[in-house]
Amino acid sequence: MPIISISQLSKTYTSGFTALRDIDLAIEAGEIFALLGPNGAGKSTLINIVCGIVTPSSGTVLVDGHDIAGDYRAARRAIGLVPQELTTDAFETVLNTVSFSRGLFGLRPDPGHIERILRALSLWDKRDSRLMTLSGGMKRRVLIAKALSHEPRVLFLDEPTAGVDVELRQDMWRLVRELRQQGVTVILTTHYIEEAEEMADRIGVIRRGEIILVEEKAALMRKLGRKQLTLNLQQPITAIPPELADYELALAADGRELVYTYDTRAERTGITGLLTGLAAAGIRFNDLHTEQSSLEDIFVGLVREEGARA
Amino acid sequence: MSTAYSMNWPAVRAIYRFEMGRFWRTAGQSILAPVISTTLYFVVFGAAIGSRVSAVDGVPYGLFIVPGLIMLSLLTQSIANASFGIYFPRFAGTIYEILSAPISPLEVVLGFVGAAASKSILIGLIILATSALFVPLRIEHPVWMIGFLLLTAVTFSLFGFVIGLWADGFEKLQLVPLLVVTPLTFLGGSFYAIGMLPPFWHAVSLLNPVVYLISGFRWAFFGKADVNIAISLGMTALFLVICLGLVTYIFRTGYRLKS
Ligand SMILES: Nc1ncnc2c1ncn2[C@@H]1O[C@H](COP(=O)(O)OP(=O)(O)OP(=O)(O)O)[C@@H](O)[C@H]1O
Ligand SMILES: [Mg+2]
Repeated sequence: MPIISISQLSKTYTSGFTALRDIDLAIEAGEIFALLGPNGAGKSTLINIVCGIVTPSSGTVLVDGHDIAGDYRAARRAIGLVPQELTTDAFETVLNTVSFSRGLFGLRPDPGHIERILRALSLWDKRDSRLMTLSGGMKRRVLIAKALSHEPRVLFLDEPTAGVDVELRQDMWRLVRELRQQGVTVILTTHYIEEAEEMADRIGVIRRGEIILVEEKAALMRKLGRKQLTLNLQQPITAIPPELADYELALAADGRELVYTYDTRAERTGITGLLTGLAAAGIRFNDLHTEQSSLEDIFVGLVREEGARA
Repeated sequence: MSTAYSMNWPAVRAIYRFEMGRFWRTAGQSILAPVISTTLYFVVFGAAIGSRVSAVDGVPYGLFIVPGLIMLSLLTQSIANASFGIYFPRFAGTIYEILSAPISPLEVVLGFVGAAASKSILIGLIILATSALFVPLRIEHPVWMIGFLLLTAVTFSLFGFVIGLWADGFEKLQLVPLLVVTPLTFLGGSFYAIGMLPPFWHAVSLLNPVVYLISGFRWAFFGKADVNIAISLGMTALFLVICLGLVTYIFRTGYRLKS
């Protein structure tokens, strides 16, 4: 059973703006899921609905089998949320605010657990500092500590690395991996492809309130492994010679370019054979180049393509 | 699972302690302010005016104003504490954590309103103690006195909580206390017995709910009241029920809490 199952979820704000349309999504227990999408795509809206901060217009969400409306206590108990906005109680100390979160979730105080979290996030030395005296990055850590204080089984990180320096980003990635090892499911949103690439087991792309792609990162990476060799021909051709039919070839630029797609990780790329074949067919070229599509290209392409269609 | 039915007491305690924390952080100010204002009231009303007003219903004027003085602070403090307590997290965005926690509306209200009421009761007791420095205190029905203190603090903390949920700016937060509560309290007989008014204004005063609170409270002190004690109690309870209804409605609909 998925740890989170979202079905037919829609949200129209009171302003009349529809931020989510018929979202169906299942998150498996123990995975790291990256939700990728441009500004205003609906990432935060989706997360906030699952966490109980925004009320859905229609649809259902189950967290570990518990309905977020009907059985909200059990559903919310499983969830930790690190919100996108840095909101903290300026006058509270780090230790107090983190202990407060644990209490809110109905758990008995556990100073040992809180200490472990604060140490893991390099906050222990700051435990008696008031939040207003902390830097933005430190505040972000405090929000993470608050979310972890009640031992959630699902952790939502809404743009955890926005405005965060390289070191903290590395720390964050390390932390997420550790959490996964402990069996915690992590759902994070990001604008950065490399973050999804680095962290996620699966990637979902959301655009204008609709999920337009959900795929294993490995599958996406296979697409990534593919490379294109473009040959600029001396003379345009109208058709690909039949003796080259075995190769994955396509004509471009009115027959002046021949594009060969191959897998860099295959045992043989077939390039030598292709070139020999071309020579035999009497096709000459005066230039060539290769290119590789990145996840970024795939993402941008998807968002654009869908945008054009809408 | 029966989790939905068992109370989340650690959460109530966490909210309560968090809210009280603000009070203790500024303890000096929280305690000093009512002491100073009470002293001022005694200087102005007790000494200056009281020397010319002999006694009301056989109670020396200085002593007569004690219950009204406490009520005045109790109402303003309850409303101010409770409305600020819930408005501020909404304003700052930290409310997200309360909304995403496994807490029922009842538990949220218990935490916030409990803390606001505790604070104003503390202040009420400080004023009572300060008064004892100026006049020989006399409390005929101490249990009823505490009862009215509790009931009023809880009721007006609930009312403040409603204001804090409704307000969408700091101006609105102060609007109701300023335009409604303070006038009603001053006109509710804090410093006079409404029986001292001409018949027309006496009748108008009976439309003021605060009259019943002050009258009941004064009865607990001196055994004498402007209106029947049962009516006082009934009106206070009625107001409590109205506030409870409003809070319940707000949480049911998510009004101003969730988009
Ligand atoms: N309370 C609200 N009332 C009306 N519209 C809203 C509200 N909150 C969000 N929206 C709109 O809903 C859309 C989705 O917003 P959301 O915050 O979910 O996007 P996002 O994907 O998280 O964007 P970002 O990457 O910028 O954080 C946006 O167009 C936003 O303007
Ligand atoms: Mg967002």
